[in-house]
Amino acid sequence: MESIKDRVAIVGMGCTQFGELWDKSYKDLMVDACYEAFEDAGIEPKDIQAAWYGSRESGFTGAHLANALKLEYIPVTRVENFCAGGTDTFRNACYGVASGAYDIVLACGVEKTKDHMGGFTMYVTTPFDRSMVEWDLPPVSQFAQLATRYFHHYGLSYEEGRRILSKISVKNHHNGTLSPKAHFRREITLEQAMNAPMISYPLNLFDACGMSDGGAAAIITTPEIAKSMRKDYILVKALALTNGAGQATLQPEYDYIHIPESVAAGKSAYEQAGIKNPRQEVDLAIVHDCFTITELLIYEDLGFSPRGKGPEDVEAGTFTLEGELPVNTDGGLKCFGHPLSASGLRMIYEVYKQLQGKAGPRQVKKADIGLVHNVGGVNGLFNCAVAIFGKS
Amino acid sequence: MVGITSYGAYVPLFRLNREALAKGARGEKAICGFDEDSVTMAAAAASDCLNGLDRGTVDGLYFATTTSPYKEKLAAPIIAMAADLREDIFTADFAHSLRAGTSALRAAIDAIKAGSAKKVMVAAADCRLGTPGSAFEQNFGDGAGALLIGDSDVAASIEASYSVYNEIMDVWRAEGDTFVRSWEDRFAVTHGYMEVVGEAVSGLMKKAGFKPGDFAKVVFYTPDARRGVDLASSLGFDVKAQLQDPLFATMGNTGTAYPLMLLVAALEGAKAGDRILFASYGNGSDAFVLQVTEQIEKVRDRRGMKGHLALKKVITDYKQYLVWHGLLPREEIPGPIRFFSAPAAWRESEANLRLRGVKCQVCGAIQFPPQRVCTKCHTKDQFEPYRLSDKKAKIFTFAMDYVTPAPDLPTVTTTIDFDGGGRMECYMTDREPEQVKCGLPVEMSFRKIIDKDGARIYFWKSIPVRV
Repeated sequence: MESIKDRVAIVGMGCTQFGELWDKSYKDLMVDACYEAFEDAGIEPKDIQAAWYGSRESGFTGAHLANALKLEYIPVTRVENFCAGGTDTFRNACYGVASGAYDIVLACGVEKTKDHMGGFTMYVTTPFDRSMVEWDLPPVSQFAQLATRYFHHYGLSYEEGRRILSKISVKNHHNGTLSPKAHFRREITLEQAMNAPMISYPLNLFDACGMSDGGAAAIITTPEIAKSMRKDYILVKALALTNGAGQATLQPEYDYIHIPESVAAGKSAYEQAGIKNPRQEVDLAIVHDCFTITELLIYEDLGFSPRGKGPEDVEAGTFTLEGELPVNTDGGLKCFGHPLSASGLRMIYEVYKQLQGKAGPRQVKKADIGLVHNVGGVNGLFNCAVAIFGKS
Repeated sequence: MVGITSYGAYVPLFRLNREALAKGARGEKAICGFDEDSVTMAAAAASDCLNGLDRGTVDGLYFATTTSPYKEKLAAPIIAMAADLREDIFTADFAHSLRAGTSALRAAIDAIKAGSAKKVMVAAADCRLGTPGSAFEQNFGDGAGALLIGDSDVAASIEASYSVYNEIMDVWRAEGDTFVRSWEDRFAVTHGYMEVVGEAVSGLMKKAGFKPGDFAKVVFYTPDARRGVDLASSLGFDVKAQLQDPLFATMGNTGTAYPLMLLVAALEGAKAGDRILFASYGNGSDAFVLQVTEQIEKVRDRRGMKGHLALKKVITDYKQYLVWHGLLPREEIPGPIRFFSAPAAWRESEANLRLRGVKCQVCGAIQFPPQRVCTKCHTKDQFEPYRLSDKKAKIFTFAMDYVTPAPDLPTVTTTIDFDGGGRMECYMTDREPEQVKCGLPVEMSFRKIIDKDGARIYFWKSIPVRV
């Protein structure tokens, strides 16, 4: 088994404005995201030899992407892997290049969530897809269960726990103000975040990410071809994907204070990239803060913080733009927004821009290695993608 | 000797203060939660009745109600599944009459006398609605009673029975009616209830050779708080000493289940040798004489009426009552379409209705829902069924959704670990949000999950252990 490290490169990326884009169709988002990527890479749509399209509820086959872009008679594969769909779309496209089957490919993720009341075509049932007898609630309750247990396990009072989660939200809101394409671009105070209306106890409004429309795209090729196209192409260092097999809800041993799928995906990605000490070696991370508790767990699951020490690092400002390991520099899902299958590619877009030094007011000082993390699904059945990128 | 070998009851946790219905109205009436109906209440009463008994010995289940969820479809099998009874038993619904509870009881007695069954469960439940503002609305309560009839280990033997019928338009509900209708109360009660139950009781005493003083307790169905008293005194009983309290102040008239529930209450206070007279009403009357045996002491370990009445949550908000009973429209979840699949429900009924998980025969891991490949040792298809419905559990973690439209916010979701093994994710109901915490002991309760397009889907929820 060979590592994907340094075998594929990104030579162009695009990302639409995220938000409630009432006047845009999912095909508009495909066109806007992909044409920015084509322009960035200096190529024409006809140069694309194969494409992968990620969506959960916006266009159900590859033909929808082909139709929007007029990609004529080339292979287009649709990928669906819930909230990890964007990164998994990218991952599949990379293997298309690494296999030698194609020289230059497109990965695109688009979600037009706001054509559906509430942003979801369907709610998320608990791990076992049975006769509709289970919870029929939005995903927040799944993650709220993690927060409940985290607070309980570490003896945090509701106020202590809320303070940590609120600080994560305040950080991501601040970063969002520096991201022109983000859905929410407004500072919030700790008090606002502490006292916002409850959504699912113990998580409140400011713990939850926005449901947005948006799209993002990447042009992927070999490092050899990339060299001929631009100097500042970005290299893929690792691509990991894990799926839970129901363990969390089948096995009472599971503790609900970590996401094992994230731990396993991180471990695999670090091995591929040759990273021994993530906190030291990763310069920035764009992670799946669908809820603030998820971001807190990710700090620990990906080895940024020791187990149980995430709150201390939050208090110390470790993950702010100026901190030791900036996380969600673009505002994260919280403020950039979360069009499910577009999110992974939006995260890669941010890492790509940061590694190129083009992130404007939110540019981090040292940006050699960037990490992207997505997790989607429900306890026991999460799918988790981790990708690591480096400068050329 | 044929008789009652075990008894059980169920009264919903929620009580509506009658002040919410009319200024100055006294007491409380028991009301179903939004996720309860006659099927779930009957299942709970049946489980109470089966406490400590071998469920495999039950040969029949008769369900009596005027409020079945279905016009055409048997409801007894749903209750039989929830009570985890054998598949090769006789099941029937007794319906359309407030007398259906005692009709089922007579049928059970006859089946055992005829030798076609050794043990038959009679479970009666009702949740009738009175028109807003009516006396019925104040009088009606919701609840269920269950009696296990058999010919061995009899706790109260059936000494004699007597029935009469009458045809009268006193109280009725026609196709499409939500609320119970009646003729003028004085006519209906005089020539209906008083006259007919009087005939049945007098006829029974005459036939069996008893006089009023022979009974330790008399148990009468009554349409309201007063008429049972009037009837008992007109028949020569000592109301204070003999008449079973109709529980009007704490529960109300629970329809088909009412006479059975009052009988359970009487049995709870009875001692060996006591003779009990018991009569129902509904276009006629079924009357019985029972005699309590020493065996009664062996079936005391039930929540029954006392246990269920002792723990309650009083509601004073009439709007909440109307919403829970489907009498006010409420905001539905927009967008997402919940689909219901009859094949999936059928395929998964062992898990969903019986609440059976599996136990791996190789490594012993208990898993819910049933798996093909063991989560622990990965052995394929080597499992034995494992009943979880009667196991206690503890909350491992939980969440409380305040936003998604639901009849009883917040919607509490729990991940629970069963004593003895096994984990499950499920809704929690009958809870105070303040009491929900990690480690809270819970038990399982059979509830209505979906009520859509005429189909009711049932599943299990966690509830705080009802002491």
